[in-house]
Amino acid sequence: MLECKNLTKIYESGGEELIVLKNLSFKIEDGEFVAIIGPSGSGKSTLMHILGALDTPTSGEYLFNGKNISEFSDDELANIRKTQIGFVFQAFNLLPRTSVLRNVMLPLVYADTPEAEREPRAKEALKNAGLDEDHFQHLSNQLSGGQMQRVAIARALVNNPTLILADEPTGNLDTKTGKIVLETFRKLNKEHGHTIILITHEPDVAEAANRIITIRDGVIVEDKKNTHSLL
Amino acid sequence: MKNADLIHETISSLLANKIRSSLTVLGIVIGIGSVIAMIAIGQGAQNSIKASIDSLGSNLIMVTPGAQRTIGSPVSAGRGSAQSLTLADAAAITQNVSLAQNVASELSGRYQVTAAGTNTNTSVLGTTSMYPIVRNITIDQGVFLSDQHVSSLAKVAVIGPTVRDDLFGVGSSPIGQTIRIKKIDFKIIGITVAKGGSGFSNQDDMIYIPITTAQQFLSGNQYVSTIDVQAADAASMTELQSEVTTLLLSQHHISDPALADFSTLNQADIIATASTVTGTFTILLGSVAAISLLVGGIGIMNMMLTTVTERTREIGLRKAVGATQSDISTQFLAEAVALTFTGGFIGIVLGELVACAVRQLAGIAASVSFISIILAFGVSAGIGIIFDYYPARRAAKLNPIQALRYE
Repeated sequence: MLECKNLTKIYESGGEELIVLKNLSFKIEDGEFVAIIGPSGSGKSTLMHILGALDTPTSGEYLFNGKNISEFSDDELANIRKTQIGFVFQAFNLLPRTSVLRNVMLPLVYADTPEAEREPRAKEALKNAGLDEDHFQHLSNQLSGGQMQRVAIARALVNNPTLILADEPTGNLDTKTGKIVLETFRKLNKEHGHTIILITHEPDVAEAANRIITIRDGVIVEDKKNTHSLL
Repeated sequence: MKNADLIHETISSLLANKIRSSLTVLGIVIGIGSVIAMIAIGQGAQNSIKASIDSLGSNLIMVTPGAQRTIGSPVSAGRGSAQSLTLADAAAITQNVSLAQNVASELSGRYQVTAAGTNTNTSVLGTTSMYPIVRNITIDQGVFLSDQHVSSLAKVAVIGPTVRDDLFGVGSSPIGQTIRIKKIDFKIIGITVAKGGSGFSNQDDMIYIPITTAQQFLSGNQYVSTIDVQAADAASMTELQSEVTTLLLSQHHISDPALADFSTLNQADIIATASTVTGTFTILLGSVAAISLLVGGIGIMNMMLTTVTERTREIGLRKAVGATQSDISTQFLAEAVALTFTGGFIGIVLGELVACAVRQLAGIAASVSFISIILAFGVSAGIGIIFDYYPARRAAKLNPIQALRYE
């Protein structure tokens, strides 16, 4: 379970203070599928960095499974990321010229998972992400955009994380492939119970989630259940 | 992160970027190889020159006649042209200068020499029995000239291997046969061991006859062209030189040393001059090597910096999936070490090969020195590791998101 209490993030540049997040407070329960939506400059990326343990807030508390990680050191945050959070990025960010399996096994390497477990777990994650077994040995640069994003999703899943954070996962994909990727997220949420937070600026994409938090100028302007899912 | 994983990750990352890895290795190979080869050639050349000076004999003082002057005329005919030294001078040195260990006189000339049906033009050197000791000559077959030959004006000759090859054919054994110099027959009594063609005068292409015979039948006067005086050791050479000079001045009744009708040449001076030359040569090669090291180093530096910049996104990703700062910097350090050591090893082998080729083809005793390996390897590996590790460490400190967005 994630809980934000009075989360504030202030950037300083050239002596000027820029308040990016203002006193945000909300809770996300385990097993939720949440979309955070807002225009660019709204602070949604900063929020995602804090939720993903990539950054710490200036003030306020961020409770990750009951632990306040807002004052964790760099290495402690790295430890949270490798055991409990999986990331899916807009630009996929696969290791170039490296096989699909090795890409998916990368988080396991840093998590010191025993060698024998790595390949079966990577294969299982790839199956759950919906990639054909034919592609497992391919190099990352031989795949299409949709396939690359599935590999990235598998990489996010492989550690069995509490939370999967997807930052504009459909941004580099065509509408059809994007829909398939969103379908994969829905399935993972529904069938495997993964908590998923989807960051996007497109209302269509946010429709895939069961709850939509809209943020503008660093404050939450709307937080609603999405009962009319179009998918 | 376990060590085995680190090695695995390093290898797969290097293999995933074969061109980049091999270019980096190539830069290091060229940098290290050229420096090692260049220093080896420089030192080899220095040794070769020293060896050929040593082959002239060691600890020698050479006395040669001074310039010929006509009384009342300002015209000088040049050093060595005067006829002022005689066998009596040589005998006086032997008798009166205690530091003179061996004394040998020389009278050189070039003549057309004939044998049965063949002929050649070569140096004919009249000398004494001490010559082989003073000038490092060894006899291959037969014997060298004896005191007996000198005192009896014997018409005998010892020939060098080149003369033997020219007159009698390669590898023949012409002892007892006759050669003819200036219409006089000489019986061959010995052949010297080949010394190799290097050096200032080719001692293989030479005929040795008793000095008295040369004076009597070839030059027709009692003068000699050089007196070689050998000192017991290098330390006594300067003293020997001054003693010889003093003695000869009094022998020739000259009171002003500036008007001496002879000159003395100390072999240590020749070596000192040659050392200056080879020293300059080594500095030249060293500077070229230093420049290649610098250029190579900048090449390595560029490659490493470009690599890290290119890989900032990869660093961001690795951090996002849970790598700590130390995981990242250790991996980059391991990659830099692997690349520089591979390149360094190939570079050392390449440097050795070039030195070996120079040894075989140019006849310079190029030898790879340990210091040059340490220097070349140290500088290149140092640059490689520093310029891979530090930017990587800086990138590892970046916020993963900043790193991921790095363009």
